[in-house]
Amino acid sequence: MLDYETLKIIWWLLVGVLLLGFAVMDGHDMGVGTLLPFVGKNDVERRVIINTVGPHWDGNQVWFITGGGAIFAAWPLVYATAFSGFYWAMLAVLWALFFRPVGFDYRSKVADPRWRTAWDWGLFVGGAVPALIFGVAFGNLLQGVPFHFEDNLMPVYTGSFWALLNPFALLAGVVSLAMLTCHGAHYLMIRTEGAVYERAKAAALIFGLVMLAGFAAAGVWVTLGISGYVITSAVDPSALPNPLDKTVEVQAGAWLANFAAHPLLWLVPGAGFLGGLFGLVMARADKPVFAFVGSAVAELGIIGTAGVAMFPFVMPSSSDPRSSLTAWDSVSSHLTLDIMFWAALIFTPIVISYTGWAYKKMAGKVTTAYIQANDHSAY
Amino acid sequence: MIDSSVVDLSRLQFAATAFYHFLFVPLTLGLSFLLAIMETTYVMTGKEVYRDMTKFWGKLFGINFALGVTTGITMEFQFGTNWAYYSHYVGDIFGAPLAIEGLMAFFLESTFIGLFFFGWDKLSKRQHLVITYLTAIGSNLSAVWILIANGWMQNPVGSEFSWVTMRMEMSSFWDLLFNPAAQAKFVHTVSAGYVTGSLFVLGISSWYLLKGRDIEFAKRSFRIAAAFGFASALSVIVLGDESGYAVTEHQQTKLAAMEGMWKTEAAPAGFTLFAIPDDDKRENSAEIKVPYLLGLIATRSADKVLPGIDQLEKHAAERIARGALAVTALEQLRAKTGNEATRALFEANKDDLGYGLLLKKYTADVSQATPEMVLQAARDAIPKVAPMFWTFRLMVALGFLFLVLFALSFWYSAKNTFHEKRWLLQWAVWFIPLPWIASEMGWFVAEYGRQPWTIYGVLPTHLSTSTLSAGSLYGSLSGFMFFYTGLLVVELFLMFKYARLGPSSLGVGRYHFETAQA
Repeated sequence: MLDYETLKIIWWLLVGVLLLGFAVMDGHDMGVGTLLPFVGKNDVERRVIINTVGPHWDGNQVWFITGGGAIFAAWPLVYATAFSGFYWAMLAVLWALFFRPVGFDYRSKVADPRWRTAWDWGLFVGGAVPALIFGVAFGNLLQGVPFHFEDNLMPVYTGSFWALLNPFALLAGVVSLAMLTCHGAHYLMIRTEGAVYERAKAAALIFGLVMLAGFAAAGVWVTLGISGYVITSAVDPSALPNPLDKTVEVQAGAWLANFAAHPLLWLVPGAGFLGGLFGLVMARADKPVFAFVGSAVAELGIIGTAGVAMFPFVMPSSSDPRSSLTAWDSVSSHLTLDIMFWAALIFTPIVISYTGWAYKKMAGKVTTAYIQANDHSAY
Repeated sequence: MIDSSVVDLSRLQFAATAFYHFLFVPLTLGLSFLLAIMETTYVMTGKEVYRDMTKFWGKLFGINFALGVTTGITMEFQFGTNWAYYSHYVGDIFGAPLAIEGLMAFFLESTFIGLFFFGWDKLSKRQHLVITYLTAIGSNLSAVWILIANGWMQNPVGSEFSWVTMRMEMSSFWDLLFNPAAQAKFVHTVSAGYVTGSLFVLGISSWYLLKGRDIEFAKRSFRIAAAFGFASALSVIVLGDESGYAVTEHQQTKLAAMEGMWKTEAAPAGFTLFAIPDDDKRENSAEIKVPYLLGLIATRSADKVLPGIDQLEKHAAERIARGALAVTALEQLRAKTGNEATRALFEANKDDLGYGLLLKKYTADVSQATPEMVLQAARDAIPKVAPMFWTFRLMVALGFLFLVLFALSFWYSAKNTFHEKRWLLQWAVWFIPLPWIASEMGWFVAEYGRQPWTIYGVLPTHLSTSTLSAGSLYGSLSGFMFFYTGLLVVELFLMFKYARLGPSSLGVGRYHFETAQA
């Protein structure tokens, strides 16, 4: 069995991998959903767009579900505190996600144009709302969230839903929405042609720029205006987890401390900018596969930047800093982390290989001719 | 202390959304294997009608599956949103099977379901068949992990409480995996799914036969459903008995409530066929009893005594008294005011910690609990009898009716005269909704019968929720009612539309509405 400290670090990385898997896989079809009503101007075009992700959206969505399950298993206190604290935000995500499975499967089963238009907007909501709220959630994590623990470790959230919608968090939401939409636009460029392709390309450029500008603005904002958190008591990473066993202080500039201590970490935000720029250039040059890789790297950089800035904090508490949840003290037991590590190590590569096979089998452009020929079976 | 209306509303929301989710799960479990059987026949015989069958029943499968996925996400979210203390207290054990379910099963099912629908022209016949099997295996593997998680709630093996982290922690993954409660539950639940899938195909095929259209298509579908359904209906009963035996072993309070056993009887106890249980008077009226039967079934012996509610309450009261010591010692340890003696006291009584927590419903400081509180908490330890007694009997009666229907269907399909037996076909049509009722009753018995616990003997339900306001709960409940009603209307509309259209919906030009128009 690996030692406890190593496993805690591995699980911080693995949660990152799952978030990234979510952003790269589920993220692109959320982006496609967001773009659907704008990039598709008539029914056949919209069916083309939907059918680019038709065979894959369901498998991709499991990145999201597994991510949730992994946080439950590896960081139960984070799962409990974040999901109950962000109650209305979580329900908004959940209810928005309702529109996806039914939107994809039911939309083209009835010919009435009002029915179809309604589901198109449902797919828009199911793509855009979660993308926005995930960013808003990260924006709030970076600022700290008002919660504390009772003596029996019952988490108590003392903020309101509306307080989550503060200016910095909304900026983070815009970055997240633009990031996934840009990524989805690159995917659409790979799988379509003609008018849909051209509109997807225009969207890729717009959202790519918004993503880069928003990421830069958020970086400046964190540097100048957002205080970070620091553990001020002695840290024993291999200790049994108890979040109340430490003291924490709020300090200006603390979110830059990890970068200052390990300058190599600047590569992470660097990847965000370079990946995004590469995506822009490649989209302009009509090389959508490279553009897709670029936006995936940008996602790695942007999500990674938030994670690295906060490490070891995961969910800092603004109202009772010592209740803050960190990668050291919000985790599962040694045995559970070990078992889950092996499960992830074995199954993640298997999942990635058969997903790759599925994409390979379904590769190629989705055309209007394909939709007309498969009127009864296509989405 | 958590506001009791928040506890009640959280329970209501969980029960409503879980029941709703399980409207879609059994059909997925059963129909996925029926699709695999149909497609296997297609690949082996090369007859196109079997491919059409796979595609058509697959279409109905897809309509159902979409809502299964939609409502499944709610279940995963809800532990965190509404049961935060539960998630913290047992996430170390309970989270693991959920995460592995995602990695091992749900990815498999969801990735290949896409290829099932979209891959007919892009995959070879054999590749597509493998895909269909992998989808079916994925959905059934999903059930394995979910029922391992649920089995642990019923019979929490392989775990131990840690006062430092203030939660249950895993001590043996293998015990969790091979929990007898989970094994019995899994086989019983999936065979109930197979019965549901078979009756769905049997009933709709019968309707086509009664209407006299797409006869060949319907007859072949009927035969497959009759054979698979007969085997499943048999196993759901046999394996249900196994699941019941696991209850006898691990959850005597559930058994006592299910059977309305107010008083302990000499072994072997009689089985109450019919009675009107009264939870206030604590007795049954109008009892019809079969002597010895319950003792023989439940203990598989003639001399083991089954404790009645009277004995179980006494036993619970003793555990509550010891548990109160454990709770008090734990609070001192947490506040760092305890010493070695406190620790020893805690260790000596920690097996009854959960029972001590039952008192938290009545007092924050359990060391001050009065004998009345202990008595009340001991009474809480037994679920209400009347609802358990009735739902269990309804489920069992339906199970036997399914067996009769499938036995006759199988018999007449072996003699190849089923399509002439209009009474049988009509019976099958009318029975289409009943497997869902039986499944929901089964879950009611399992989950209501676990009360007052979320984790049996470990964590009381009233301590498991999040610190939300009743207003938030009313809001979210209304939201769920709004969305779920709308989704159900849409789903049923499409299901009826496509079931009525039948294989003509495939647009291959061979079926009733297409040839009639031509």
